[in-house]
Amino acid sequence: MQSLTDRKKVVGNKEMTFKEKLYLPAIFKGMGITFSHLFRKHNTLRYPEVKREFAPVYRGQHVLKRDEQGRENCTACGLCAVACPAEAITMVAGERKKGEEGLYREEKYAEMYEINMLRCIFCGLCEEACPKEAIFLTDRLVPSTFERDEFIYGKDLLVEDVNLRIDITKRQLTGKRTEK
Amino acid sequence: MSELIEKFIVIVVLFTVSLGVAAYATYFERKVAAWFQDRIGPDRAGPFGILQPLADGGKLFFKEDFIPEKAEKWLFILGPGIAMFVALMTGCVIPWSTALEFGENIVEMQVADVNIGILFIMGFLSIGVYGIMIGGWASNNKFALFGAIRASSQMISYELAMGICVITIVMMTGSLSLKDIVNHQHGFWADGYFTWNVFKQPLAFIIFFICALAETNRAPFDLPECESELIGGYHTEYGSMKMGFYLFAEYTSLFISSAVIAVLFFGGFNFPGMDNFEGNTLALLGIAAMFAKTFVFIFIFMWIRWTIPRFRFDQLMHLGWKKLIPISLINMLVTGLVIAYNEGWFN
Amino acid sequence: MNLETIAIILGGLTIGSALMVIISKHPVRSVLYLVLTFFMISANYILMNAQFIAIVNIIVYAGAIMVLFLFVLMLLNLSRENEPKSSIMVKLSAVIAGGTLFTVFIAALKDGVAVAATTATDADSIGLVESLGRLLFTKYVLPFEMSSVLFIAAMVGAVLLAKREKQIIE
Repeated sequence: MQSLTDRKKVVGNKEMTFKEKLYLPAIFKGMGITFSHLFRKHNTLRYPEVKREFAPVYRGQHVLKRDEQGRENCTACGLCAVACPAEAITMVAGERKKGEEGLYREEKYAEMYEINMLRCIFCGLCEEACPKEAIFLTDRLVPSTFERDEFIYGKDLLVEDVNLRIDITKRQLTGKRTEK
Repeated sequence: MSELIEKFIVIVVLFTVSLGVAAYATYFERKVAAWFQDRIGPDRAGPFGILQPLADGGKLFFKEDFIPEKAEKWLFILGPGIAMFVALMTGCVIPWSTALEFGENIVEMQVADVNIGILFIMGFLSIGVYGIMIGGWASNNKFALFGAIRASSQMISYELAMGICVITIVMMTGSLSLKDIVNHQHGFWADGYFTWNVFKQPLAFIIFFICALAETNRAPFDLPECESELIGGYHTEYGSMKMGFYLFAEYTSLFISSAVIAVLFFGGFNFPGMDNFEGNTLALLGIAAMFAKTFVFIFIFMWIRWTIPRFRFDQLMHLGWKKLIPISLINMLVTGLVIAYNEGWFN
Repeated sequence: MNLETIAIILGGLTIGSALMVIISKHPVRSVLYLVLTFFMISANYILMNAQFIAIVNIIVYAGAIMVLFLFVLMLLNLSRENEPKSSIMVKLSAVIAGGTLFTVFIAALKDGVAVAATTATDADSIGLVESLGRLLFTKYVLPFEMSSVLFIAAMVGAVLLAKREKQIIE
């Protein structure tokens, strides 16, 4: 079979030459290689002081976005829950009452919206499925806790604060959405 | 009486220096390993992490001192003690420099100038394996026992070739005293050739170096404690400061072996152009030269450890018995013939 | 503390550790006591200013032969359970043989003259390498060479025994 790369090496039981049997040349060669590494740039990041930047497409903790006027985008259509391969998302839809127009963008909204972070595999399919640009994955990490219950994130943790918007522009620029 | 006090001071200084070098060898080893692997290494405890050995030592001290239920209690305690004792004892016959003068007092930079110095070192090296064997056996753990058995057979195999290499040096010097061996390599260049033994006996040096690697259980001969097969080898069951003693003993013997190599093959405290100095200046420069050589060898030991993969046990035995011993025997024979020729036996 | 007291204490310790070799129940402990005995003997040599013999005793016996002993014992892992049962006849013959040896020793020692410790004598270099080497290669050259021939014979024999016979494939 023809190999796809030229890195293939044929191994055989051929008799070693005297130079190879001495081992010392090979050992010195190896020591030369390690010695050259003494002067290379190190790859270590001094973590608490220096932090490695996340990739723009990094998929971390979810956020439920609000629009410019501070209204929740989500209409509880359930497409994200359907798309979710890990079945981590559940929600209960509710009807917007009079006087709540400033809170919810559409007439239907999610009364309850929960993501089980232990089930979630952070695949980002919910984000792809969302027709309202309501749910996004961010570069935040889900913090660890001692109790399983605490990993079920409700709306209190998922919906972004009006005053503390989560920036997802980098993600929108690099993701599929820009092609549309 | 003052002589006793002088000796006592020399002993205490040597003791402290050995322990200090051993402690900082652990730090240095981690740093060297990091550099070879494009990392930084320990840098948290103090500036550049130089307090790391203290942190490690403190950690070992405050760990629970645990003795397994079915272990032989006294032998279990004795093992690390022997290892440490032997490693520290070897240093006392090594000449660190020429004598220092304080007014009328002349202080020899050597604890004891025994006239069988090199045999003393060989003897204590061979005893060193008891620390490992006793500890490994007393743990009542099969992996520790494997480590102990490997250590003993490895030690015996490599001691022979090592001894034969030492014999060639002794034949050239005509004395077993380490001081005489060093003085025989006076300066750097004399009578149109180098005076250091390494230039006269390169083969013996290489064999001695390989054997020293094996005797100190350093990679690529660290089979007694190879963690990929035997968990931790002979110190699997050890924790706390007893474990620390084993580690300390390993690094102390690393230091002492480097010093012995420097003495036997690299002229000890001799350095080029040493005839231009005398008295205390010479002695201090001698100490500097001796320690510089020793540290270079410590670095080479580490360099090898982080370059070469571990031997398989049958390869180790094969190398020891079938390669090193015959080569060193031939080397000894040739050396003898050359000495006899120079003495005019064939005329 | 003069040399004589040291010699007496050392002698007592030597005999004590030698006795422990026989008394100890566990074979590994016996071997370890034997190692200790060799160290004691070396200390005795040093007391007699025979440094070379002392250190060679340590290297050869304590450092090499005893390590092999210990190696084999650890490998076999002897314990009381798998100790071979010895019959009364074997025990009796062992007692007789040991007793005879003991009597011979006593008889030999009874006629022997106690030689004073040589440290006090003027011969400073006794037991040192030069004098020892000179003696070995002049006065005792024949026994010395004979014993080396014996060693070579033993080595060749060991190699021959260890070598597996080549199987002839027909």
